[in-house]
Amino acid sequence: MKNEVVKEKIGFGVLLLATLLVVIPVLLIIWLILSKGWSALSWEFLFTMPRDGMRAGGIFPAIVGTFYLVIASIAFSLPIGVLAAIYLSEYAADNLLTRIINLAIINLAGVSSVVFGLFGLSLFVIFLKFGVSIISGALTLGIMTLPVIITTTREALRAVPKSYREVSLSLGASRWQTIRHSVLPFALPGILTGAILSIGRVAGETAPILFTVAAFYLPKLPHTLSDQVMALPYHLYIVTTQIPYIPENFRFGTALVLVGLVLIMNITAVIIRSKYRKRK
Amino acid sequence: MGHAEKKRCDMTDRREANNSSAGQADHPDPKIKVRELTIHYGKVRVLNNLSLDIQKNEILSVIGPANSGKTSFLRSLNRLNDFEPNIRMSGSILLDGRNIYKDLDAEGLRKRVGMIFALPIPLPRSIHDNITYGPRLAGDHDKSALDQLVEDSLKAAYLWDEVKDRLRSSALKLSGGQQQRLCIARTLALKPEVILFDEPCSGLDPISTAKVEESMMELKKNHTIVLVTNNTKQAARVGTRTAFFLMGDLVEIDSTEKIFTAPADLRTNDYIIGRFG
Repeated sequence: MKNEVVKEKIGFGVLLLATLLVVIPVLLIIWLILSKGWSALSWEFLFTMPRDGMRAGGIFPAIVGTFYLVIASIAFSLPIGVLAAIYLSEYAADNLLTRIINLAIINLAGVSSVVFGLFGLSLFVIFLKFGVSIISGALTLGIMTLPVIITTTREALRAVPKSYREVSLSLGASRWQTIRHSVLPFALPGILTGAILSIGRVAGETAPILFTVAAFYLPKLPHTLSDQVMALPYHLYIVTTQIPYIPENFRFGTALVLVGLVLIMNITAVIIRSKYRKRK
Repeated sequence: MGHAEKKRCDMTDRREANNSSAGQADHPDPKIKVRELTIHYGKVRVLNNLSLDIQKNEILSVIGPANSGKTSFLRSLNRLNDFEPNIRMSGSILLDGRNIYKDLDAEGLRKRVGMIFALPIPLPRSIHDNITYGPRLAGDHDKSALDQLVEDSLKAAYLWDEVKDRLRSSALKLSGGQQQRLCIARTLALKPEVILFDEPCSGLDPISTAKVEESMMELKKNHTIVLVTNNTKQAARVGTRTAFFLMGDLVEIDSTEKIFTAPADLRTNDYIIGRFG
């Protein structure tokens, strides 16, 4: 009997250790970025153009570029992804076509991001003649995030009890009215979770924008969707590997801004989500 | 095998005999007329060649063990079966002489044939919103009319006094019995002609059950009611007539008194005295 207690304690100890091993890298990354990057943060760093071959000045165009890319790609992929998920989960019959579509979505999620970059280059930049531009980059990133949005939206729709649908239908509501008034409102928090996940992915992705939108050095702000922009992940790569004699805190400062930007956008989305949850 | 088939034939004969006597006779103009209704889910036949009439202002209790097809039957009356994948149906259901699958649209039908589910399922909205859900979606936005409708419906479901001060609070905060009466009120707000009850008291305590049964007896005056129940005593208490289903077949339909005192079929007798099911 006592033996069992010891065994259980060892078991819990192992579980705790595994949990700590997960948390430690996260804390280390945050500590590293903060300690080495904090000193770079200044008004000049955040809100001015880079100077002296990016060794001085700020990273403002890269911040703006990443912000635009996130907004534009989510504006493209969220509606399409949500509508596709509604169709697949609420309307589509379980037949060969639906199964092929599902398989395609799963595979789309497994394609590596550099392949998406090449795809975006051939389709949007060259074939559709959008050029290296925000629109090409945002569409490429949007397609890349579609599987995440479709999958999380479908899970959210499935989590709404079947009985809500039946009650709504039994009260004379049409199928669309049922989806609109008795399914979507309760799936919205889950759908927003998908959007939040996508924001992080879009903001941090480097390979696809390399082919389709990112500029090496462009010290001005974009005016239209057909302009090139600098973007934080690519800028981070450049300042870390391509430019010698750059202050170290510029590198970590850029990383800190990237992480911070994603955090701010996530928090905004979480606040919106909790507002919807409360309205229930 | 041969024995089972013989038994089935036997059963069919007896059912037809019943149909011609109590199932279809006396009233020439039934509210609902079901003819040769057969339902398959995939390869499984859940309802076999069912024919019966439901009269105006009666409570028809449908009893039978699990998998007897009684819920499938109920859900075909308001076309809630439409959304089952792999369902195949044949036969006809007439409401006031009109085929509900051909002459009526599903939404219009469901407003005339309301349904109360086994578990109370209030939508996660306020009491007021729950009751006005159907009418609002049907395009009724007159605030004072809706308020009046809420009051009338809640009164008819014996819930008004308990909730009149908190109509705007969440329906999920009500007790189980109150929730089921709210569901009744919500269905009444559509002013249905027929109300289908699908084991409405299976999750309720005896006092709540008594209240739901009381409201059923009251509703009978102006509505036609079909009650599917696993509780044979409930069928005996409220049913005008009772039908006994077994494995997708209608074994017997007759006045509740006859079914519970002198059933024509041995299997009905076995079921109501609790020998199986």
